[in-house]
Amino acid sequence: MFGGYDFDVIARSWRYLFFDGMAFTLRLTVFAMAGGVVFGTLLAMMRLSSIRPLSWMAGTYVNVLRSIPLVLVIFWFYFLVPYIGAWLVRSDTPIQVGAFASSLLTFVMFEACYYCEIMRAGIQSIPRGQVWAGYAIGLDYWQTMGRIVLPQAFRHMLPVLLTQTIVLYQDVSLVYVLSITDFVGAASKVAERDGRLVEMYTFVALVYFVSCFALSHLVRRLQARIAIVH
Amino acid sequence: MIAIKEVSKWYGSFQALAECSTHVDKGEVVVVCGPSGSGKSTLIKCVNGLEPFQKGEIRVDGVSVGDPKTNLPKLRARIGMVFQNFELFPHMTVSQNLTLAQVKVLGRTREAALAKGMALLDRVGLKSQADKHPGNLSGGQQQRVAIARALCMDPVAMLFDEPTSALDPEMISEVLEVMVQLAQDGMTMMVVTHEMGFARRVADRVIFMDESRIVEDASKDAFFGTPRSERAQQFLSKILSH
Repeated sequence: MFGGYDFDVIARSWRYLFFDGMAFTLRLTVFAMAGGVVFGTLLAMMRLSSIRPLSWMAGTYVNVLRSIPLVLVIFWFYFLVPYIGAWLVRSDTPIQVGAFASSLLTFVMFEACYYCEIMRAGIQSIPRGQVWAGYAIGLDYWQTMGRIVLPQAFRHMLPVLLTQTIVLYQDVSLVYVLSITDFVGAASKVAERDGRLVEMYTFVALVYFVSCFALSHLVRRLQARIAIVH
Repeated sequence: MIAIKEVSKWYGSFQALAECSTHVDKGEVVVVCGPSGSGKSTLIKCVNGLEPFQKGEIRVDGVSVGDPKTNLPKLRARIGMVFQNFELFPHMTVSQNLTLAQVKVLGRTREAALAKGMALLDRVGLKSQADKHPGNLSGGQQQRVAIARALCMDPVAMLFDEPTSALDPEMISEVLEVMVQLAQDGMTMMVVTHEMGFARRVADRVIFMDESRIVEDASKDAFFGTPRSERAQQFLSKILSH
């Protein structure tokens, strides 16, 4: 039944697909997650701040970015970042930013909105008394956050954070619109060179399905393992 | 040691505290009682600035709590507080609970902090539990650890916010014993509680609050002998009769 198909194309190109394409995808996912969680946590702290302008700023940022399709944000940043960079260092010519740096910045800023909402829920899930207890023994705001609230919020939310990271891993494939060689980009290049679109895209879908399915299964196992005993 | 002068507090339009004035002298044990919602917990949380108040003044060891220039973390480090729900940090072991603020706030070395923590843990009878997480201890044990955690900071005064109301009946006495010991050692204490037995044993004065006001502020003997207000009489007859 696969008479007209040639799955050897995968055997011929797997090194390129994984060592170039998937390596880029994973690198971008991991760095974007790290940056997104840190920036998102700061945004969450701002949103929950009693200082009105701070919570307003963070709230606006999150709501605006979440209302724009990710593809547009990727395009925008790619074309705008060189000019913003030039403006920042007061240069007359646009600063050349690599595709990796540009897409990393985009994903950090975009995913931070989602991580922010997750961390906000996590921080709010910590009883008020824990904050009081931190303050009562003399810790200041940053120490109470850093030692008491965030470690617990993080543990409560770890499964959700990881699930969001699986979404991020899939979203990274959108950098394909910038002709970047991520996993999908690499596959589409091979597909068009060899005229094997069906085989390549089927394979790509399969790899995404297997890896995401395995990851979410791991998350579920982890969830049971890390619960804090109260 | 603690001076509270005409303190008023509002949550929106609801007045939670109305011109409350009292004091706790050095070495004195003052019990605060009253029906729920009367403002006892709010008042005691104002003493170390966990709850802000809009009017009046509170001074602890001469330092004004409401003054925006006051370094609140530094002041709070000198006032121990014990909560109704223990509020140990569940992601840390008992010994980490005891040493965290000693190291981070007082700048003690880890070894000194641990030695101090273990000595106090021994004092509340829980030396063998140092490496456990709070979730593996009973309520009474958790509250004793919480008292030890507060004492680690060498506080000038201790605040107790209903320390036994969340405990199973059979665990109340083990916590009260520790508190009685503390009172007998001369600690300055302000205790929100309904444990009238505790008040009879160690209190110097008893304050009765109702509807956001301090209705009665009397020596222990005067309070239990002849409470002046009708409200306090009703309250006492209710909680003493069961």
